[in-house]
Amino acid sequence: MKREIPILITLVFGVFMIVQFFIPHPAVNDIANRLQNWAIIVISFSYVLGSANILRINGELVYRRAPGWPYKLVLVIAFFTMATPGLILGIAEGSWTNDRLFTFTYVPLASTMYASLAFYIASAAFRAFRVRTWQASVLAITALIVMLGRIPVSHFIWQDLPGIVDWIMGVPNAVAQRGILIGAALGAIATGLKVILGIERSYLGRE
Amino acid sequence: MEFFWISIAGLCTVAILSFLYSDNPLYKVAEHFFVGIAAGYVVCAEFYNVFLPNLWRPLTSGSDYWLIIPLILGIALFTRFSDELGWISRWPMSVIIGTYSGLAVIGFASGDMVLQVQASLIPVFEPATISTFSSEPSVLNFLQIFRNPLFTLGLICVLFYFFFSVEHKGGLRHIATTGTTLLMIGFGAGYGYTVMTRIALLFDRFYFLFVEWLKIAA
Repeated sequence: MKREIPILITLVFGVFMIVQFFIPHPAVNDIANRLQNWAIIVISFSYVLGSANILRINGELVYRRAPGWPYKLVLVIAFFTMATPGLILGIAEGSWTNDRLFTFTYVPLASTMYASLAFYIASAAFRAFRVRTWQASVLAITALIVMLGRIPVSHFIWQDLPGIVDWIMGVPNAVAQRGILIGAALGAIATGLKVILGIERSYLGRE
Repeated sequence: MEFFWISIAGLCTVAILSFLYSDNPLYKVAEHFFVGIAAGYVVCAEFYNVFLPNLWRPLTSGSDYWLIIPLILGIALFTRFSDELGWISRWPMSVIIGTYSGLAVIGFASGDMVLQVQASLIPVFEPATISTFSSEPSVLNFLQIFRNPLFTLGLICVLFYFFFSVEHKGGLRHIATTGTTLLMIGFGAGYGYTVMTRIALLFDRFYFLFVEWLKIAA
């Protein structure tokens, strides 16, 4: 009951997703689309579960006055600041929640967070890529060429530099990415089949 | 009013950038505010993009009563908070895992693997590249001569590096080493590209701070 039914559900849903590709009959497609829609709905509940979990953990920390509780309180307040008007007024373009709250809080916070990573990537890379082997130097030199080639004045450094960077991105980089993609695809197919057939059960957790 | 909101955005930007100096309370406030806002937005997005159109409206209009099943499964996810009933949450989890495992098998096979292999089946050598180089000699046209051979042989080397059924020694070691070198070029290119993207984002933030908000620069 606790393990067999979940494995059976996984098998049924997984097999239908595969079967719909090989049997493009409207009846099969209809069932598969229905099952897929069910999964999308369940996933939407999982997002709410995640948010509820954040609130539960941080709410508890605020209640217990744990170290750093004022920050947790900020988190809880921010959650309701976005969720309350969002659920009442909507989040579509033109709504107050989207045009004011989302655009002037979430957007600058997210883009600055990603932008500030530039400094940390650079310093972490300096430590990680310290030229120890010739292959590490290949990596460092390629990165340097790509960075130089992507600046607006790269053609002043050398007329052919932007073209060479495009060649690096289009040939050796594409070869490496393609090799990784093919390998990852094989791995994903094997893992997917193992999950559907009930060989891989780690997602069920402990007994 | 517009200046008020731009100032909020400006303060958010400054608060996050303050981490470059050191970990400080202003950054921590902004960090927690960001997580709260993001979690709140996710709930709203799921409510308007999935819950209402895919579940609530068809169910309340009576067009599809089968939707009661995902509704029950969705609610069952919350049993995860209970120690005794937590095992029930495995059922909705199985729906998610089963669906996406099936889609992954088909998606990766048809979308990634077959297409990538198909795109790699190109002539090992293209004579037209030599005539292009002869008529217009340049570094780029010279490199283009090696495009197809490098693509074909390079891909074999990269794939061989991931093939662990044979020990990489003797002559095979050189094939694997060539594969590693190409992977290093790929990682270097990916790294350089990522850094430049982040720097472009950073310039955008500085532009916002000094031009749009503080109006120091024109």
